[in-house]
Amino acid sequence: MNIILRVWRQKNTRARGRMVTYRVEDVSPDMSFLEMLDVLNERLTLEGDEPIAFDSDCREGICGACGLVINGLAHGPKALVTTCQLHMRSFSDGDVIDVEPWRAEPFTVIRDLIVDRSAFDRIIQAGGYISIPTGAAPDAHAVPVPKADADDAFDAATCISCGACVAACPNGSAALFVGAKITHLGLLPQGQPERHSRALNMLEQHDAEGFGGCTQIGECTAACPKGIQLDVISRFNRDVLSAISHRGD
Amino acid sequence: MTEQTLVDGLYREGPSIRDTKAPDGPLDRQWSERKFGAHLVSPTNRRKLTVIIIGTGLAGASAGATLGEAGYQVTSFCYQDSPRRAHSIAAQGGINASKNYRNDGDSDYRLFYDTIKGGDFRSRESNVYRLAQISGSIIDQCVAQGVPFAREYGGLLDNRSFGGVQVSRTFYARGQTGQQLLLGAYQALERQVAAGTVTTHTRHEMLELVVIDGRARGVIVRNMVTGQIETHLADAVVLASGGYSNVFNLSTNAMGCNATAIWRAHRKGALFANPCYTQIHPTCIPVSGDHQSKLTLMSESLRNDGRIWVPKTAADQRDPRQIPEDERDYYLERTYPAFGNLVPRDIASRAAKKVCDEGRGVGPGGLGVYLDFADAISRLGKETVTARYGNLFDMYERITGEDPYQVPMRIYPAVHYTMGGLWVDYDLQSNLPGLFVVGEANFSDHGANRLGASALMQGLADGYFVLPNTINDYLASSPHDPIGADHPAVVEAATTVRDRITTFLSAQGARSVDSFHKELGHIMWEYCGMERTEAGLRHAIDEIRRLRGSYWADVRVLGEAEELNQSLEKAGRVADFLELAELMCIDALHRRESCGGHFRAESQTPDGEAQRDDENFAYVAAWEWAGADSAPTLRKEALRFEWVELKQRSYT
Repeated sequence: MNIILRVWRQKNTRARGRMVTYRVEDVSPDMSFLEMLDVLNERLTLEGDEPIAFDSDCREGICGACGLVINGLAHGPKALVTTCQLHMRSFSDGDVIDVEPWRAEPFTVIRDLIVDRSAFDRIIQAGGYISIPTGAAPDAHAVPVPKADADDAFDAATCISCGACVAACPNGSAALFVGAKITHLGLLPQGQPERHSRALNMLEQHDAEGFGGCTQIGECTAACPKGIQLDVISRFNRDVLSAISHRGD
Repeated sequence: MTEQTLVDGLYREGPSIRDTKAPDGPLDRQWSERKFGAHLVSPTNRRKLTVIIIGTGLAGASAGATLGEAGYQVTSFCYQDSPRRAHSIAAQGGINASKNYRNDGDSDYRLFYDTIKGGDFRSRESNVYRLAQISGSIIDQCVAQGVPFAREYGGLLDNRSFGGVQVSRTFYARGQTGQQLLLGAYQALERQVAAGTVTTHTRHEMLELVVIDGRARGVIVRNMVTGQIETHLADAVVLASGGYSNVFNLSTNAMGCNATAIWRAHRKGALFANPCYTQIHPTCIPVSGDHQSKLTLMSESLRNDGRIWVPKTAADQRDPRQIPEDERDYYLERTYPAFGNLVPRDIASRAAKKVCDEGRGVGPGGLGVYLDFADAISRLGKETVTARYGNLFDMYERITGEDPYQVPMRIYPAVHYTMGGLWVDYDLQSNLPGLFVVGEANFSDHGANRLGASALMQGLADGYFVLPNTINDYLASSPHDPIGADHPAVVEAATTVRDRITTFLSAQGARSVDSFHKELGHIMWEYCGMERTEAGLRHAIDEIRRLRGSYWADVRVLGEAEELNQSLEKAGRVADFLELAELMCIDALHRRESCGGHFRAESQTPDGEAQRDDENFAYVAAWEWAGADSAPTLRKEALRFEWVELKQRSYT
């Protein structure tokens, strides 16, 4: 099939970007979206045009490196997949497809479709961990964890930190990302001692990075390729409120 | 040296080497004795010492966190935009530990024995025993970090049996164990960033090692956003940069995985051990066309219930559901009636290639075999099959657009792990003092074949527990003379990097980097893949040399040096793959035996099984770089087996 791509091109952070139109022919429905871009890049290189820069690494939906806004949707039209798992069979001959980077103030465009997501690392640094130096751990069976809690913690822990939640949110909030980590660690007995400080410190860093507040719109969970549920944000809020109310103790 | 000393026209043999760090004495005492014998660095001195770590996968992140906790100043680099994206994240299956929580007779010795035997008796007893001893502590550490392992209703950890062993010792977090373990290590690393002991540099790539007076003293890296070439100096350098499967272009590795860090270190004198030991996984989703960028692995647990077959006649284009039973060849069940579809990875892989070479392969390009669940669905019901394999079926359908409940899956083998790597002693130190190598980047523990669920174990053992103990012994003799950025060795390394970049950008050839990578991948897959022959390897070496010759003249890299330039990044990696590929073929050619993942067609039993030659090849082949146009030098480390008896495996 043949498609028309309109792709955001921007030479660097300071440069002005613009949408550039490319016609891509003989697209196989079995190609992934990123393989289609590879094929276009091969052609651009041979024609002397600089290839389109985009992030991707594992190409199996787990590393979280890739992420494009495709026709206005973070990771494109299919639910529960990352951009690298989207295939061209989801599109039709003659389609015009807009391809843009994540748009959010803390995610500066570095080049073309690549943005800076280092704010996420700094939020984790603020408290997204359990303090347990190597060698200090008790036996793994010393503390039983109810299966239901372990399963729920796992579900939250599957966040791949891709940033689609932020890209989809009208407020540019990263509450789903933060809530997922708070839920993962907060559901486990090992995560209890730092539960309050974790919530407050991660919230503070989240705001300092310039992410917006959550108004419970829910676009984040709809865009999330891992199906992280909105209730992680409720848990985040609850831990923050509980932390504030305990602060006087 | 003279021309006469050339062996096979390809390499020279140098003096043998040996590991001098593992203490003599009983196997189970060696690690504690080594720890006791190693020098320590006092806590107050640690903050004055710096360690560079390249890579933030399981080995690199765990080492960085642990050394930071100990009080060293750690500088960590990764090419990804976050340390959490390193390719360990994609590991599915699980992590082994000899906890014996099942009371099924497991022990350190049994895990050690299984690993040595699985490695086809081509690894060191001392290293492997230590790995088994440490395995339990890894699980403790990860649980304490909040890694959400699968649990039973009583709240205790669940285990499963994995990779053909008879005990249940594999801990797992659904099909995403690598992700969860890496997040644990990543969070520990970020905690140290906040504590001020670790500095992370993301989107940075190591392009050269700085060696002064024979010691590793630093690295030259490229900031992949600005293109700036930076010098970082330290008291020790740790390479945790992963394996080199992407020399095959198509593999299950991530797009960015590369051998540049270990290859540049090799060129600076670090020995490269057993480069030909690669592992091929039988159950991957086949290539769908020339556009294919990487391959996706599916858990081999699928072989428990799926039946593998191809049509009996070549080029049978019928819908598989229209092919009657008596026109199907269930070739594994036919050839290996005792094990059927559950034969080991390498046997299943070679058998698939064989039927495809006969023209009986299915799907695009005839590179695939059917993995059919029709019998399992009628025997167990769709519900049970969904419970067991639902997520894998979904993944398959997402990628291929075919519903495996209706149509048989198509599978094909793919490269997914490299057992070879830089040579290290028991301390995980390379032959260059101050250069340590951990995780998949070293050669240490898996011999000629890695068992399932052992890669995660080794990465974390190295990073959390081995390196942080052994590196003290080296750092205790630090600090060495301070060096400036104007030291001739630093200038030389940085100049090499800049010159190479200039060469790429000025070549203005006619071919993209990717096209060379694809061509190299074809050569390697065909001749240095799952079956290797004398003639094929010689042909491959000629082809690689020809391709390498044309690369520098004909490659086209657009853009500039001082900006984000993905073609330029790939150009350097492919240049190094083009050199590594030749060494892999030379190693595969010289090893005229079959062992583990290395199958030489000339060395097989009458049943088609790998035939080892312990008399002549029970050694580690460590290769020394001798210059760009010179034959490499082979240094042998003899393998002694005092605690296990060497056996030939049989599955027929």
